[in-house]
Amino acid sequence: MSQPEGKGSGALEVKFVPDEEVLKHIADGAGIKVRKGKTQLTVSVKRFVKKLENISDDEAQEILEEKNYVAALGICAQDPVGNGSSVSGGEVYSFQTPKRSSKMAELAAELAQTPGQSVAPDHSECPEKTAKTPQSSSNFLWAEIAWKCNLILLFAWQRAVLRRYMFLLLMHVFSLQLQSKKKEYVATTPYRLRKRLAAPDPYLESESEYSASCSEEEDEEDQKEVSTVLSGRKTPAKTKALSTPPPRNTLAKKIKEDKMSNLVEEYFEAHSSSKVLTSDRTLQKLRKRRLNQQTLHDILKKAPLAYAAEIKELNQQHESLFSKWMLQLHLGFNIVLYGLGSKRDLLEKFRTSVLQDSVHLVVNGYFPSITVRSILNSITEEVLDHIGTFRSPLDQLEFIIKRFKEDSSLELYVLIHNLDSQMLRGERSQQILAQLSSLPSIYLIASIDHINAPLMWDQAKLSLYNWLWYETTTFSPYVEETSYENSLLVQQSGSLALSSLTHVLRSLTLNARGIFRLLAQYQLENKDNPSYPGLSFQDFYQQCREAFLVNSDLTLRAQLTEFRDHKLIRTKRGADGVEYLLIPVDDSTLTDFLEKEDEDV
Amino acid sequence: QQVQEDLNKQLFDNLVSFLRRSHSEFQEKTTEWTCRMKSREIPTAALVLGVNVTDHDLTFRSLSEVLQNNITPYIALLEAKDCPGIKNLMQKLMGQLMNCYVDVDSLEDEDYVQVSQNRIRCSMTSLTNWYETVTKKTDSETPSKKRTSSSRDWQSPPVVVIFKDMESFTTKVLQDFIVISSQHIRELPLVLIFGIATSPMIIHSLLPHSVSSLLCIELFQSLSCKEHLSTIIDKLLLTAQFPFKLGEKVLQVLINIFLYHDLSVQNFIKGFQLCIVEHFYSQPLSVLCCQPVDAKKRVNSLSHDQCENIRKLPSFRRYVESQVSEKQIALLTADNFLKEITQKLLEDLRVYHENYVSVLRCLHVFTSSLPKYPLGKQIRELHCACLENRVWETEEYESSLQLARMLNKSDLVTMLQQCVEIFVSSSGNEFDKTVEKLKEFLTQFQKLEAEAFQERDVSVSSQKELQKKTDLYHLQKTLLELKESRRSKKLTKFEMLRFEVVDYIDSLVRNYLVPADHKTLHEIAYFNTASVLRGHLNAAPRIALHTALNNPYCYLKNQALKSDGGRISNKAPDICIVYKLHLECGRLINLVDWLEAFSTVVMAVEGPNADAASSDQVDDIIHARFIRAVSELELLGFIKPSKRKTDHVARLTWGGC
Repeated sequence: MSQPEGKGSGALEVKFVPDEEVLKHIADGAGIKVRKGKTQLTVSVKRFVKKLENISDDEAQEILEEKNYVAALGICAQDPVGNGSSVSGGEVYSFQTPKRSSKMAELAAELAQTPGQSVAPDHSECPEKTAKTPQSSSNFLWAEIAWKCNLILLFAWQRAVLRRYMFLLLMHVFSLQLQSKKKEYVATTPYRLRKRLAAPDPYLESESEYSASCSEEEDEEDQKEVSTVLSGRKTPAKTKALSTPPPRNTLAKKIKEDKMSNLVEEYFEAHSSSKVLTSDRTLQKLRKRRLNQQTLHDILKKAPLAYAAEIKELNQQHESLFSKWMLQLHLGFNIVLYGLGSKRDLLEKFRTSVLQDSVHLVVNGYFPSITVRSILNSITEEVLDHIGTFRSPLDQLEFIIKRFKEDSSLELYVLIHNLDSQMLRGERSQQILAQLSSLPSIYLIASIDHINAPLMWDQAKLSLYNWLWYETTTFSPYVEETSYENSLLVQQSGSLALSSLTHVLRSLTLNARGIFRLLAQYQLENKDNPSYPGLSFQDFYQQCREAFLVNSDLTLRAQLTEFRDHKLIRTKRGADGVEYLLIPVDDSTLTDFLEKEDEDV
Repeated sequence: QQVQEDLNKQLFDNLVSFLRRSHSEFQEKTTEWTCRMKSREIPTAALVLGVNVTDHDLTFRSLSEVLQNNITPYIALLEAKDCPGIKNLMQKLMGQLMNCYVDVDSLEDEDYVQVSQNRIRCSMTSLTNWYETVTKKTDSETPSKKRTSSSRDWQSPPVVVIFKDMESFTTKVLQDFIVISSQHIRELPLVLIFGIATSPMIIHSLLPHSVSSLLCIELFQSLSCKEHLSTIIDKLLLTAQFPFKLGEKVLQVLINIFLYHDLSVQNFIKGFQLCIVEHFYSQPLSVLCCQPVDAKKRVNSLSHDQCENIRKLPSFRRYVESQVSEKQIALLTADNFLKEITQKLLEDLRVYHENYVSVLRCLHVFTSSLPKYPLGKQIRELHCACLENRVWETEEYESSLQLARMLNKSDLVTMLQQCVEIFVSSSGNEFDKTVEKLKEFLTQFQKLEAEAFQERDVSVSSQKELQKKTDLYHLQKTLLELKESRRSKKLTKFEMLRFEVVDYIDSLVRNYLVPADHKTLHEIAYFNTASVLRGHLNAAPRIALHTALNNPYCYLKNQALKSDGGRISNKAPDICIVYKLHLECGRLINLVDWLEAFSTVVMAVEGPNADAASSDQVDDIIHARFIRAVSELELLGFIKPSKRKTDHVARLTWGGC
């Protein structure tokens, strides 16, 4: 039920309502109920109406409906009077009163913020329902009240409170009503409610589920009229919930805009328990073949790039800055580009259009085996034509600095794609690059992508870099940059590992191959065991003996040493001091390997 | 373009000279203190520099320069990043010392260079040997050639080793070095200088007592960076020398970056340079922003287009509108007339600046000593306030005038004297009258003083009268009378004069401290686009990323992407959708669920035409797109693969941030 409302009020300002107020709200709701069991019926109704008049004029229609509601309240309140409840309602009532007036005003204020359309659907049903009330039984009236309370509560919170509280409270209201109905009004309802609320239940489902469950509960005990109304209401809510993404987004926004304290609370809640509440589905069950890099690339090539025109426009905007970049580079600044989207093409364009005639060096930082040393090497070897090696990168750097200082005609443009890549983000490499960039005749232009990239630099490095920041959001896909990343979804090609495996094993004796095979089979048998430590040496020895592969543990050890030298196995000592053997190759490769072996044999 | 390079150079010269000045006193101390060097302990200077690490480099460079010129040729500057171990430290030290020796007199010790290059033995003994031979040689060969007289007092000039950033050295290295060198202190007069960024306590926390007892530490405090900043602002902004000015917002941005981010004077200067570059790059009329002599020439050589540019300036338009109609036409049509007027206006602007600065200083003299500093303690705050809008309309100005009206006489007199000094020293010739007026005030004050003497006599006598009458009733009565008279007496002469002075200052302020953007042609000299500056200096890459992901419409101006209040349409780029979906998850994300959600969204877009026939292929494409988007998120650092559960990735961010 709150689902459509939440959708309608997506643009609304979210207000944080502290827990006390929530409590008050419920207390109000409960108070209304309790009052019904009281003899001061007229007073309560009058007050209620008075409060309602606080509501601003433009909500006149709503007031009318609210009055209907009050009328309904009055009618049903007469009912229990006959039951003669023994409640001394005075204290409860007096307890409530001081807070009431401001409460309603607040509610009104919130209502005033609500655009008409989101409110309207709820109330459109009220009149017809209230129209039925007089004739219907007390049972029905109760449902009515429950429904109304529900509405009021929702009004107050639809935009505000944590989802879980909302659900929780509503649940309580309902259970309360059920109870009170059966037990003929328990006087202490508000207090009890408070107590219950003191222990909130953190594990709750999403809002959509809650609304469904609420209405179901109502269904259980209500007559057909109400349930039909509800079902009419329920179905759209459910269908909305089914078309997952948009409502999810609104929810996300709600959560995001919640107050900081909530965030903090949630953070610790989520991080305190090590339990992971995700489904256990795996990609393997998806019956979809894993794509390898090449096919992925091909498929993506076929898929058209969305918003190509806009992206092009963005790029043109950035390209107009090229001359400015040049000027600023020459004035001793270095330029760093940030923003979503690959900046590789942009830099390439910069290179081809401006740097055509000057000495420049392009560093593909995203390349997984790039090192500072290779950058320095290419400078010394390619740019400075120096042949010879250096003891350490620092020496090399010193040499470069010296050369550039001696010869002021030397100029070098360095373009670094992804300065924040795995290989370059280390402190020392950044230090070296910073020192390099601080040379007046080396012009550095780099791009960063990682969200935490600026954390790489401390004050000293920043001043060495002398950055000028440029936001260049391009939205173009990171094709090159991600192609080296070992994505989970992309099938590891594994061909390299496999070929090296077979290659090495082919040079070994038949016995040695058998030994390895044993180990591989054992490992594959245990592949579902996540805490598989490896095969212990003693067990392995036993197995090998049984297969007539070795005759003493010394021969086995000699064999294992050979494996280890070729990095075919890894040994580690367990907690009990036993040596465990493991093949550091993933299971699929291992399976392939075994299959191949079988073919050979 | 030439102008700006000149400006840059001047800027740096200014800074360096300033730093040098700030350290000259320190040098003097060092020399006299090294005199009483003790035999066993290593004399050490701990130089507390403050947290603005970036400026230290410059400081140390100038320091070593000064030391080199005045005291000793043997200086080694060591940085923590070069010295991960004691061996590297020694290497570095020897290299620097011997090289520096070569630099000084590069005649005959190539063998030493070789020594350092071959790194035969980088030990303390070789160092002392080297030192002995060097000093012996220099003593025997060229005792007269030896530097200044101060260093000749020394039989052997000390070897100064500067540790630039003491905190980042490994303790072990430092300890070892100190212990070793203390063994050789007799042969090798070593002086250490520690650069400290935090507090002097760090020495004792880094070094154990046994080591620190080997040091004879003296503490020096360098000037705080705030003072550096005010000097720079004083020299660069509050002079009429530089034609280039900063607008209020820009200055505010720069000062904020300084105060809240790095406290680095160097960065402030960098920002200033950037302002200059931006100004000259973006404002076509900035050619006129130069020294007055050049400006005249340049105005005369303006092309027609440039004249048009002038006409387009909003401030110039305002000026035109205020003229009579014939003049308006002339201004808008005749280039020559325009040039003439422009020259005049530029001259006006220059004069305005001159007057502005001196009046500003004058006002600062008055306001800086008021309680609670309604207009700010520093002159830069006052400057900002004046640039922002008419300062005399602000509440703070009101209250500061109120307070100024309550100043006592001696303060007032000293302030007036200071003001007179300021005006006399300023080059503007309009201030003759002002100076006269102020002097007149001063003489009046002196006169008052003389009168006051007499008055005091009177009051004393009345006091005596009071003492005579001892009964309570009379006492009360006289007191009441006194009170009455004081109230009715209105104002004393002094008070009258004080009011006059304050009013006069007020009138000065109203005349001269008009905010710059009320002046015609201020666009030529003032740089005012603060947003650009902030974007380049104080960028927020993460915010840019988030906006791009949350609201792609900011960048891609496509109606389909337009959305209200946080929701993004399902037509957004893949990465945005994937990002949005991942916001929903906790710490771990199931890839399958994620993929399913993604394909639901994407399918919703493709709608009914994606029918079953081609579904397999579509699926592949969606799958591929999903893979791409996920690996892009991984590159951006939002997720990383997790081993905790199969086919799960871990989120690296929390909530929506």
